Amino acid sequence: MKKTLYDKLWEEHHIHTYDNGYSLIYVDKHLIHEVTSPQAFEGLRQANRSIWNKKSIMAVPDHNVPTTMRENGIKDPISKIQVDALNKNCKTNNLLKFDLEDIRQGIVHVVGPEQGIILPGMTVVCGDSHTSTHGALAALAFGIGTSEVEHVLATQCLLQKKSLNMNINIIGEMPEHFYSKDLALLIISKIGTAGGTGHAIEYSGASIRNLSMEARMTLCNMTIEAGATTGLIAVDKKTIDYVENKPYAPKGKDFLQAKKYWENLISDEQATYDKTVNIDIGSAGPMMTWGTSPEMAVNIDGRLPDLDEEQFSSKRQDLLNAFSYMGLKEKQDINSIKLDKIFIGSCTNSRIEDLRIVANIVKNKKVSSNIKSAIIVPGSGLVKEEAEKEGLDKIFTKSGFEWRSPGCSMCLGMNDDKLNEYERCASTSNRNFEGRQGRLSRTHLVSPATAAAAAIYGHFIDIRDII
Amino acid sequence: MKKFKNVESVIAYIDRKNIDTDAIIPKQYLKSVTREGFGETLFDDWRYIDPGKLGDNHSLRKKNPEFFLHNSKYDGAKILLAGDNFGCGSSREHAVWAIMDYGFDVVISTSFADIFYNNCFKNGLLPIVLSQDDFEAISARISDKNNQYAVSLENQLISCIDFEIKFEIDKRRKHVLLEGIDDISETLKLSKKIKNYEDSKFIKTPWIFNG
Repeated sequence: MKKTLYDKLWEEHHIHTYDNGYSLIYVDKHLIHEVTSPQAFEGLRQANRSIWNKKSIMAVPDHNVPTTMRENGIKDPISKIQVDALNKNCKTNNLLKFDLEDIRQGIVHVVGPEQGIILPGMTVVCGDSHTSTHGALAALAFGIGTSEVEHVLATQCLLQKKSLNMNINIIGEMPEHFYSKDLALLIISKIGTAGGTGHAIEYSGASIRNLSMEARMTLCNMTIEAGATTGLIAVDKKTIDYVENKPYAPKGKDFLQAKKYWENLISDEQATYDKTVNIDIGSAGPMMTWGTSPEMAVNIDGRLPDLDEEQFSSKRQDLLNAFSYMGLKEKQDINSIKLDKIFIGSCTNSRIEDLRIVANIVKNKKVSSNIKSAIIVPGSGLVKEEAEKEGLDKIFTKSGFEWRSPGCSMCLGMNDDKLNEYERCASTSNRNFEGRQGRLSRTHLVSPATAAAAAIYGHFIDIRDII
Repeated sequence: MKKFKNVESVIAYIDRKNIDTDAIIPKQYLKSVTREGFGETLFDDWRYIDPGKLGDNHSLRKKNPEFFLHNSKYDGAKILLAGDNFGCGSSREHAVWAIMDYGFDVVISTSFADIFYNNCFKNGLLPIVLSQDDFEAISARISDKNNQYAVSLENQLISCIDFEIKFEIDKRRKHVLLEGIDDISETLKLSKKIKNYEDSKFIKTPWIFNG
């Protein structure tokens, strides 16, 4: 029987089958942050249970940490309670944690791969839906709720029903100025935000192989926005080269043993999928979301949709509500959409390659005068350090961007980084839901390149028109 | 977890698809370190006209009179009816806690996002998936004077005086809710099997245990 990558990862971690279609799955790596873990630790304490495998855990505060004036600590007393709770829970249990002061601190999904804590073939969970990011390393990775966090702490396992297999096959080569963020938005606009529900998605096609590891992470990250909790890319040389020499990756003889194992983490030829979607990107261009769901995305070249002509999976009333919430009109010229703020960061787009792309576009240019604030939040302290080594921070600040400390920041606006009512933002994050970046905020999801161009022009513009 | 009992109440209907967990419980309330008290801020951005934050006295805030929860015909509702893909977005279990803390025991939709659906069963909330036809049949009746329904999980039935709909749910999920099963205790019964698995894994992929 030919197997998909997902089938292989599943079988390898399968411990027990119940007679009702459920299985017990072993969890290799458990990532923890301050927002979804306190209630889980409290649950353990109340039931007088201990942690099954402390070494499987990596903790880092990221969701509500400040991105400015770190030296003063956390000003917001309520946020501080959460971070203090994480500190206490980690200290009591002797868990690996990267503190705010540690250069390795950052967004949990940036830090994990960067440290080699996430390795191919692992099962990875975290109380955060963007855990799908780690599928880029052929790890079976998905987000879980707080009760499941507690379950994994106590048992190292999860009760799961096997998902169906879905193949998203990309046809054609990546056009110039079309990035993996654009690809993610294109896919979601085609299959809808529930298109992958109940499935594990595998991305395939020659252009996927050509993507860098960081670009793959961006794509897998947004799998959850297509409804699937897991997005996978098979192991190749790039995967193994990426992992080699990472601090927590195996070394020497161990590495060679691991490498041999990892090289099998690919779908068998002729493996069958429950569903296959072919997406041709031959003539694709930069994308942006215009509405309040990630599926409300269009090519940036031209006008906003004409509801009488376009086919969407959302219903008409939802589309009209989205136009109204966003303060936009049908068929509006995209270049006419003026912006208030720019956010470059998040677990989707805050890695060094993203920052290099931005620097290339904004070098020797100024942020437009109508932009009230343009912030760049690196994904980790190490990304920040590397960017500074390359002089990118100087390019950013000279152009008028603020250069911040790492964290989730304006992606979800739990800290001070948020939009005011009716402010419009070009954002490299992953969700444009109503209120996501602040009450009545208006979010447009774009690639770092498009966000950078929008910062300079003060409105959306097709990056291909200016380079 | 409390055992799921039969529910009798009106159905509160929100005619909207893709209701995400940010809408169900906005980010500022996720700063809490407990599982309680989220009901007052369920659907916060839609429900109140003024902004709120954790620790506010929400009874003093300005309500949006047009929001469905403020329609007196839905007073005391324990059954929530909403459009496709309910609970999409973030994994925050706070969404389930908020819905239950408000007083709902049942959510009905045509589909749920995977993580939200899972989270329901860890807390004793019953998510019911209906076919599009059944969903339309029931949503069309909500404006009727007699909007009093009973939900029986045992019989997998939503019913009122002159109408009933059967629903499907997998056997294990049903059992978990009816018996109020604690998954962790169940899993720990297999401790030996988990340890044996770890032993074999230690030989095959020892690097997993580094770190």
